[in-house]
Amino acid sequence: MRHTISVIVENKPGVLARVAGLFSRRGFNIESLAVGTTEDPNISRMTIVANGDEQDLEQIIKQLYKLIDTLRVFDIPKDREIQRELVLIKVSMTDQTRKEITEIAELFKAKIADLSEKSMVIEISDEEEKVNNLEKMLQKFGIMELVRTGKIALQKGGTK
Amino acid sequence: MELTGAQALIECLKKEGVDVVFGYPGGTVLPIYDVLYNEKKLRHILTRHEQGAAHAADGYARATGKVGVCLATSGPGATNLITGIANANMDSIPMVAITGQVGTPLLGKDSFQEADITGITMPITKHNYLIKDPEEIPRVIKEAFHIARTGRPGPVVVDIAKDAQMKTLKNFKYPETVDIPSYKPTLVGHPKQINAAVKLIEAAQKPLLYVGGGVIAASAYKELKEFAEKNNIPVTVTLMGKGAFPGDSKLYLGMLGMHGTAYANYAVQDADLLIAVGARFDDRVTGHLPSFAPNAKHIHIDVDPAEIGKNIRIDVPIVGDAKNILKEFLAKVSCKDRHEAWLAQIAEWKKKYPLSYKEGKKIKPQYVIERTYELTKDKKVIIATEVGQHQMWTAQFFTFKKPRTLVTSGGLGTMGYGFPAAIGAQVGCPDAIVIDIAGDGSIQMNIQELTTAVCNRLPVKIFVLNNSFLGMVRQWQEIIYDRRYSSTNLCANPDLVKIAKAFGAEAFRVTKPTEVDRAIKDALKVKDRPVLVDFVVEKEENVFPFVLAGKPLNEMLVD
Repeated sequence: MRHTISVIVENKPGVLARVAGLFSRRGFNIESLAVGTTEDPNISRMTIVANGDEQDLEQIIKQLYKLIDTLRVFDIPKDREIQRELVLIKVSMTDQTRKEITEIAELFKAKIADLSEKSMVIEISDEEEKVNNLEKMLQKFGIMELVRTGKIALQKGGTK
Repeated sequence: MELTGAQALIECLKKEGVDVVFGYPGGTVLPIYDVLYNEKKLRHILTRHEQGAAHAADGYARATGKVGVCLATSGPGATNLITGIANANMDSIPMVAITGQVGTPLLGKDSFQEADITGITMPITKHNYLIKDPEEIPRVIKEAFHIARTGRPGPVVVDIAKDAQMKTLKNFKYPETVDIPSYKPTLVGHPKQINAAVKLIEAAQKPLLYVGGGVIAASAYKELKEFAEKNNIPVTVTLMGKGAFPGDSKLYLGMLGMHGTAYANYAVQDADLLIAVGARFDDRVTGHLPSFAPNAKHIHIDVDPAEIGKNIRIDVPIVGDAKNILKEFLAKVSCKDRHEAWLAQIAEWKKKYPLSYKEGKKIKPQYVIERTYELTKDKKVIIATEVGQHQMWTAQFFTFKKPRTLVTSGGLGTMGYGFPAAIGAQVGCPDAIVIDIAGDGSIQMNIQELTTAVCNRLPVKIFVLNNSFLGMVRQWQEIIYDRRYSSTNLCANPDLVKIAKAFGAEAFRVTKPTEVDRAIKDALKVKDRPVLVDFVVEKEENVFPFVLAGKPLNEMLVD
């Protein structure tokens, strides 16, 4: 099963290596990883999407807690999750396809971030599923380059 | 007070109560060694290899319960510590390893003797630090010792750039307290879990305490003994748990697992309740995991929550300090059942399947260990071992009665550990008789430390059980690989007696069983230098019982 794990860590040098190293040496696969600072500049938040059963998840959370720089770790439940991913997609384009691509982008509430004679860069920030759908829709035009930030997530409601 | 980084470091160590550092100098620790030159209170022991320094610090920590400290230069100095650090990490030994690092302008430039030691040691330390600013030294050293000795103990590496050692601190002040918001070990057991455990223990008919090194780390010997005796619960221990419970008690079953006693393994497989205290269900203990203790419910007490449920499903987990929790058990558990039928069953197994070996014309290695115990049992003795057959025979045939009397590499299984660790133990416990029980393979891995022992007049005894083989590997080859002794025959061994003498140690060889007692007594008389006794033993003796890797515990080979 896929899990979205939030890891709140001290914003110190090497902390990313500690977390990433832990995943690899204990045999847990990271699907995506996004890191950034939080409301407190001394604290960073990592959002990690990883696969594993309940026992794997429990073990990885406990192992993450053992890292001295880790403040808090939690698995965000699917039904309480606000998740976004930012994606840039460079699509090849001709005069004939420009209109259709633009329409698709609009339908997905995506932005046109760049336009040249032969290509267009589409920017979307949305839930993973929508992003995947957009990617699928654009495939036939020819995707030249694509970059995803990895998912970031918060829990809904007033709790921290 | 104005101090350089190096001076500040030494002040910090003294404030932590460090009285000895095991180390080896080099380019990037010159400022530290310059401070040590005039230092009166902090003893520095020069080993002959950095690995020796790390193992000595580890042995010192195991024997004394204090944090062991080692010191090495950058690059190769630091990488030579690695095995020792990994060894301490696997066995949860408190250690602070200080390494020099190239100056900050040279960092990351593949400079001479540069190695990314914080990167390298990340997976084998509890935590590590790189200091580039001398102002950080007091806080980091305070934190390093705190992290090393609290919770589940372990090694901490502090890597200090050379310029940080040379620059001056504005205001040196050693912090009184530590505040690491992200590090707060749980020490007190959850009351609900404790109550649940109490009920299980009182209801059990065949309970068994399964005790590991955590009991020694938590200094919970007394509590464990009282709890087991009050409730008449038998006790089996892991290799790391040797000495956590008196080995001469009626309730004691010896070690479990791959080379455990038959009766301990049968008891595990038959028990209806296993109370694991400071043990981690390691593969050498459990054998085939799904068939381990098939009839038992499990209570698991550990200070490290990640150990609970890692290998085996636990019915009642209790995170906390073993001493605290055993105290609560002692107060709350009162078994009406005296487990008489259970203990009678165990007594029958003990009678039917005792540890044994056949005597022969040649010296049997087990015999040397038995005699070593008999001839030292009234004295304060610390036994160190290397890794292999002699280590398992020591666990089987030496009776450990007190904690911190066995210094052995459990988790990592490091050959070459025992002798430098024995040096550390002897430095920490000058009044004790320290004996390294070794194999002829292992002793050659750090034999250069004879110089360290000679220079410091440390009367460490080395009893080599010399079978001219890498015995444990040979045993596996004999049983599993059809006697194909690939690279395990050490027939080209050097003359260990001559070698020891060349180093300035006392040394002699024993070849007959009738000479064993005399040799041990003679070795014990040497007080001013190390002594090596080369016991030429039966070549192809095997360690039994033997549970083949991946087999259930009750399917053991007994001879």
